[in-house]
Amino acid sequence: MNSHSLPGPDSITRRILPNGITVLVRPNAGSLSVVISGYLNAGAISDPDVKLGLAGYTAMAVMRGTTQRDFQQIYEALESNGASLGIDGGTHSTGFYGHALAEDLDLLTKTLAEALLQPVFPLEQVERLRNQLLAGLAIRAQDTAEVASLTFDELVYAEHPYRRPEDGYPETIRAITRDDLVSFHEKYYGPTGMVISIVGGVDPERACDTVTRFLGDWKNPSQPVPPGLPSIKPLGEIVTRRINIPGKSEADIVMGVAGPPRKSPDFLTASLGNNILGQFGMYGRIGESVRERSGLAYHASSSLSGGIGPGPWLFLAGVSPSNIDKAITLIRQEIVRFVTEPVTSEELTDSQSNYIGRLPLSLESNAGVAGALLNLERYELGLDYYLRYPDLIHAITPAEILDTAQRYLNPDRLAIATAGTFEESK
Amino acid sequence: MNETLTKLTLQNGLLVLLKEIHTSPIISQWIWYRVGSRDEVAGLTGASHWVEHMMFKGTMQYPSGVLDQMISREGGYWNAFTFLDWTSFFESLPADKIDIALRLEADRMFNSLFDDHELSSERNVVISERQGSENEPLFRLSEEVQSAAFRVHPYHHEIIGDLTDLYSMQCEDIYRHYRTFYIPNNAVLSLAGDFETKSMLDRIRELYEPLPAGPQPARLERTEPPQAGERRVSVEGPGETVYLQVSYRAPRADDQDFFVLNVLASLLTGPTNLNMFGGGTTNKTSRLYKALVENELAVSVNGGVQATIDPYLYTIVVMVHPRHTASDCIAVMEDEIKRLQDAPPPIEELERAMKQARAIFAYGSESISNQAFWLGYSEMFATIDWFNLYLERLAVVTPADVQRVAQSYLRPQNRTLGVYLPNETPNNK
Repeated sequence: MNSHSLPGPDSITRRILPNGITVLVRPNAGSLSVVISGYLNAGAISDPDVKLGLAGYTAMAVMRGTTQRDFQQIYEALESNGASLGIDGGTHSTGFYGHALAEDLDLLTKTLAEALLQPVFPLEQVERLRNQLLAGLAIRAQDTAEVASLTFDELVYAEHPYRRPEDGYPETIRAITRDDLVSFHEKYYGPTGMVISIVGGVDPERACDTVTRFLGDWKNPSQPVPPGLPSIKPLGEIVTRRINIPGKSEADIVMGVAGPPRKSPDFLTASLGNNILGQFGMYGRIGESVRERSGLAYHASSSLSGGIGPGPWLFLAGVSPSNIDKAITLIRQEIVRFVTEPVTSEELTDSQSNYIGRLPLSLESNAGVAGALLNLERYELGLDYYLRYPDLIHAITPAEILDTAQRYLNPDRLAIATAGTFEESK
Repeated sequence: MNETLTKLTLQNGLLVLLKEIHTSPIISQWIWYRVGSRDEVAGLTGASHWVEHMMFKGTMQYPSGVLDQMISREGGYWNAFTFLDWTSFFESLPADKIDIALRLEADRMFNSLFDDHELSSERNVVISERQGSENEPLFRLSEEVQSAAFRVHPYHHEIIGDLTDLYSMQCEDIYRHYRTFYIPNNAVLSLAGDFETKSMLDRIRELYEPLPAGPQPARLERTEPPQAGERRVSVEGPGETVYLQVSYRAPRADDQDFFVLNVLASLLTGPTNLNMFGGGTTNKTSRLYKALVENELAVSVNGGVQATIDPYLYTIVVMVHPRHTASDCIAVMEDEIKRLQDAPPPIEELERAMKQARAIFAYGSESISNQAFWLGYSEMFATIDWFNLYLERLAVVTPADVQRVAQSYLRPQNRTLGVYLPNETPNNK
């Protein structure tokens, strides 16, 4: 194998097990370690409103005890070998990520399989986790960036499941019972739609055999088809909401709209355009305006989420409360410019070059490659995507970026959420 | 894997470390300056970090924005870090583009523009950065504990500096700091990646050797006197969560006791991860996790030791369970420490700590940028041998060593204890 080559059909082994699990393996002969990463079709999208956070709670709880081992025994086996494994709930799926020395691939896979197939949800552990989740939510309530982001979601996704935070609210976490966790696991955890990528100092055949050995017999006939998403009602005007959190030195701005899903033909064009707008170099045009020229913020940028559904196209800044309006004005000016003038050919060339040139760096670690393989599968990009990628990027024109920007961004139709100390509490 | 390490000093005093690694078409360059927040006197706190920011404001040859453009359009990334003892700048690039980074760092060692307008604008950016940190209870607690732990030594203040100094420092203060410390004989250049050592060295000599050496800047030496008793601080602020930070005076990085303390910390709070890029592991089987989190006195516990020139701190941070108090957690923590003081730990626990350290090294060696980081990092407080011998020095630690270090370092008289008390809940004592 040419270790310098990008992942492609020749270097990725892709196998679909009879029970529906897709296995992707890319060996890295020089590596002493191995990464195992993936997801299954069980997400917060299926949570009832009154038990929001159920998917995430379940994901954390499956590592807390199985029919074979208790919590301490599970972690003793992992940590004694310097390995780690985490399972987390997301909006559309439950993800897992683990790494270990290459010799311990069996340990990682066995532990993953045990947690996914045979969790017992010990009551004591369930309650302990509840307190940890509630502590996390209490911290979230004090975090200006998080609160602004939650508020933004409520404004943009008013009639859409994305309005809901996947980690729930204190009252919904309190409402979840052990039986809810058991039921959620029974219904949604299963091999259909599950994807595992394994990258590191392992042989592909051995890696596939390992997954087959530990997960090949898993079945769940009751696993439902993942729910579809309703369409988004676009904003008709600027909507703003300001949340006061006493005792904070800095305020956070989260503004923007719903952007294209990852599978949309608009995504790559929007992403490259966004790079010019709020990423390239030290945060693109927005960083240049808000941070470099005006000195208003340590951080000011934009980001495009993509994802399964219409993830947000965000404009973010952390500023002194007295500079909020100035920063919002500057960001809006950049949005106006972005939707009225094509980007310059120099800007486009720079960002194209950045997107193509950064591939080797983003793929130098096992974790980077494992994540890239999952994206290929999740968004049906094709195993040759990274080989085609330079051509895809080079084909994007300033006119296409302008057209795409105009279809998603309108400076007079934005959600603007801010959180910080605007009035001291009595 | 073909890896060769070269270490030499140029005529102007610049120390160069090169490691060929031919696994990916990537090279990472790091330049390190022996200056950090410990080199700042009162009134000038935060100067090192501010200089780091100003280094991104361009030179005559590479004006502001051009630097960014040059690195980014090649798909590279770059950043900088200011620490207690050092400041470093790195660029990771496709191997055939590394010359950009070599030219850039050679140029900005002397030619960074310290324009008044840029400096004034950056003052607000740094203040904004500090205010962002102040939003975090753990930053506020950590700042108080650090300043209480060091009365004399300049480890006393936060790296970002005190707000009053960020308002009052003048352009000439920042520029003088730059001119004093940014010279080749006060710097280390470390590169790892896909290059041939000879041609890389030729190019480094061509670009860096003409840079003139300057008077060797003296490090600020103010030895912290022995601590005579426990120190306690409290911080009040918004939120619902009580945090506890316990910081014990720790040995300097090049002291064998540092390695013993690392093993001890691995047992008590989980393994320390020295990687800048690369994973670590969880700590759910550490003694304090079991005692505090499993018994529901705390929601989380973490700990770690920093590698520093002078003795710094072994810090344990606890998020206190809503139904318990910081005092409950302290009592249990003391019991666990006493166990280590009363009897040497089983050898199996030390062997386990070793395997964890080896795994964390394996994770770190995946990244070229992390490998280049390691080369220079260890030179900031010891030498590259510190890094090369790290696992060996851990391996010779005995259970009796761990017991001795627990007895000598983890005494209440040797610690500063801080509690963050939310001012919104009544039951927060």
